[in-house]
Amino acid sequence: MNAQSHAHGAHDHTPSGWRRYVYSTNHKDIGTMYIVFGLIGGLAGGILSMLMRIELAEPGPGILGGDDQIFNVFVSAHGLIMVFFLVMPTFIGGFGNWMIPMMIGAPDMAFPRMNNISFWLLIPSAILLYASPFVGDGPGTGWTVYAPLSTSGHPGPAVDMVIFALHLAGASSILGAINFITTIFNMRAPGMTLHKMPLFVWALLITAFLLLLSLPVLAGAITMLLTDRNFGTAFFDAAKGGDPVLYQHLFWFFGHPEVYILILPAFGVISMVIPTFCHKPIFGYLGMVYAMIAIGVIGFVVWAHHMYTAGMPINARAYFVAATMVIAVPTGIKIFSWIATMWGGSIEFKVPMLWSIGLIFLFTVGGVTGVVLANAGIDYALHDTYYVVAHFHYVLSMGALFGIFAGFYYWIGKMCGRQYNEAFGQIHFWLTFIGVNITFFPQHFLGVAGMPRRIADYPDALAGWNLVSSLGSYLSGVAALWFLFVLWHTMTRGEKCADNPWGEGANSLEWTVPSPAPFHTFEHVPTIRSSAGGH
Amino acid sequence: MRIGRSVFSIIGAPALVMTAAGTAFAAQPLPWQTGFQPAVTPIAERVAAFNDLLVPLIVAVTIFVMILLGYVMVKFRRSANPNPSKTTHNALLEVVWTVIPIIILIVIAIPSFRLLYFIDKVPDDVGLTVKVVGHQWYWTYEYQDHKFSFDANLDEKAKPRLLETDNRVVLPVNTTVRLLLTADDVIHAWTVPAFGMKFDTVPGRLVETWVNVKKEGVYYGQCSELCGARHSKMPIAVEVVSKEKFTAWVADAKKKFATGPDTTPAIATAAVSE
Ligand SMILES: [Cu+2]
Repeated sequence: MNAQSHAHGAHDHTPSGWRRYVYSTNHKDIGTMYIVFGLIGGLAGGILSMLMRIELAEPGPGILGGDDQIFNVFVSAHGLIMVFFLVMPTFIGGFGNWMIPMMIGAPDMAFPRMNNISFWLLIPSAILLYASPFVGDGPGTGWTVYAPLSTSGHPGPAVDMVIFALHLAGASSILGAINFITTIFNMRAPGMTLHKMPLFVWALLITAFLLLLSLPVLAGAITMLLTDRNFGTAFFDAAKGGDPVLYQHLFWFFGHPEVYILILPAFGVISMVIPTFCHKPIFGYLGMVYAMIAIGVIGFVVWAHHMYTAGMPINARAYFVAATMVIAVPTGIKIFSWIATMWGGSIEFKVPMLWSIGLIFLFTVGGVTGVVLANAGIDYALHDTYYVVAHFHYVLSMGALFGIFAGFYYWIGKMCGRQYNEAFGQIHFWLTFIGVNITFFPQHFLGVAGMPRRIADYPDALAGWNLVSSLGSYLSGVAALWFLFVLWHTMTRGEKCADNPWGEGANSLEWTVPSPAPFHTFEHVPTIRSSAGGH
Repeated sequence: MRIGRSVFSIIGAPALVMTAAGTAFAAQPLPWQTGFQPAVTPIAERVAAFNDLLVPLIVAVTIFVMILLGYVMVKFRRSANPNPSKTTHNALLEVVWTVIPIIILIVIAIPSFRLLYFIDKVPDDVGLTVKVVGHQWYWTYEYQDHKFSFDANLDEKAKPRLLETDNRVVLPVNTTVRLLLTADDVIHAWTVPAFGMKFDTVPGRLVETWVNVKKEGVYYGQCSELCGARHSKMPIAVEVVSKEKFTAWVADAKKKFATGPDTTPAIATAAVSE
């Protein structure tokens, strides 16, 4: 424990009242606001998914009247909220803001005021997105907002609201990405070389580059949508010489890196958690770093595997098959390195570790179905079916979300000064683990049987697995309510958390400061111990 | 799971279809199905064969990871192994878990490319060309060799619910049929799971693909690209009949659809993709 981390408080000058948050330039307060924002997003997106599963529990019109437009407004809002208002703000704005400066021994982010505007841009973005379903017929386009359904197919202002929401969220993320890159490159404490940075810092650094390079392309694509919709341009209008498939190329040039933006921070979190609870340094640190870099780089050249059925030249399809399969290699390196970290360790099955092991296993399941879908020949059969829905929920609902919960339980004591209750956390894990598997595993069967995505009603023969899936989602809903209870219990009844509750396995710098971390982290430049990465 | 289903009943089917008791075979989702629908085209057979290679591989990989995880969780739990090792590198191991996945991927890639190019190449012996045009929310089928066309709308009353149309697409058995796919409003996707294929119908583009159905019967599919307020209500129903019955059907259809809809898409300058 570093001696210099005491004697805070008197010099803190912590602002109080609403000004502390609205005017905040403090990475921890901004991080907290991001996490609260993500929690609200998660609840909103979760309620939508619950309503969709209620509609689909039985064939025929259900709670949404079997209406595809209403259903797909829910689908669109669910997807956009989970991506932009749950996973990204929680991982990047939340955990990233809270932990990155502490982990590299920096006093704060490089641009504290830009950090403030990054967060506050999300609020008008969220207002636009949360309001859009109530305007006209709502945005029933899916999160992909494909033209021409999003141009000629949706005359009302709802889709324009979605476009502006994405513009604001994108601008927010680009500013955040610049902030993280600058902070990590310039504000590391002496001795904190790039190859000594904790893997969570590496994950966020690579994620920030992905954001910086992909979001401008999304911004361009949706601006073209906007002018097609409102100003008579014809970028995506075939009747006037445009091409709807162009939109898909632009969207997925952003959209595919985006899925790594969602999952890399989860990789980073569990790369901190696993060594902590194995009491053993991470296995193959450099391999882990370069595997993440490889995933990030290759992630930019595989986008059209989302478009095999859209009619590309055959050799282009063959290229995208090959490039996509290559990603399995660095992903495999990560999976095996985590297991090798556990090998020979002294494993404690505390709650963050359970989420991490759950992530490794379920991400593997989602990964192997991803290898199946990479093959265009079989993707023709599976594209836009529930097989795809199952696949990406295994890597996101179980990958990214499990990473969020691993990080939450790992750091909550550091963030709020009170530790969660171990038994309550374990109940949360098991309810969720069982719930999401019952929800999503049967969707593989629905997919191979031929059930399309994004339909409000389905042929009667598909009733069985749909009911199972819906029942699973209700269990996941119970798990979410239980999490709210755990959260309340931790904040109000949790035991005082020690500076380092996890013992010698937790050796990154945030564990050298008091819990909760003081408003100003370091009063002296911290000393970097021999190794964060095991060299 | 390749389960044929013989409970298809001609009652309630469109009157135009003259198949009598002969049509006993139908491909559609079945309760608690866990596999593909029966494969009735050369493409679907190869997709199924490829799937039969992939599924054991991915199950084996998953079980391998599960066993490894289970082993380390038991063997290296704190109570069993209180003193952790400090190993952080093993060059041989790292090479192995890089190389073995590469080998597995090559094993997958070779048949994958073969399948991809097989699907892409329309055989030379095309016996019939049908143009499929997606609309919000129905399909138009244009029999270009026979100069007639018709719309296929969801038949709200018929069983199987959400799969039957008022007019079925009728195709001759054992004949290479060229399909030309396009749309005139938003993107749709035309698919029949038993044929093992699916392609988007994109306004302004004409996608060429093919089917050669080896078994008489009725095959169902659904629009598979989000297309708006009745996306789940524009099914695809294909009836495959003997060549003789097909000829008779064409003769009837020419009369019945003499004043069929004009299916020329609004876009005069349809670009040909591929
Ligand atoms: Cu459609």
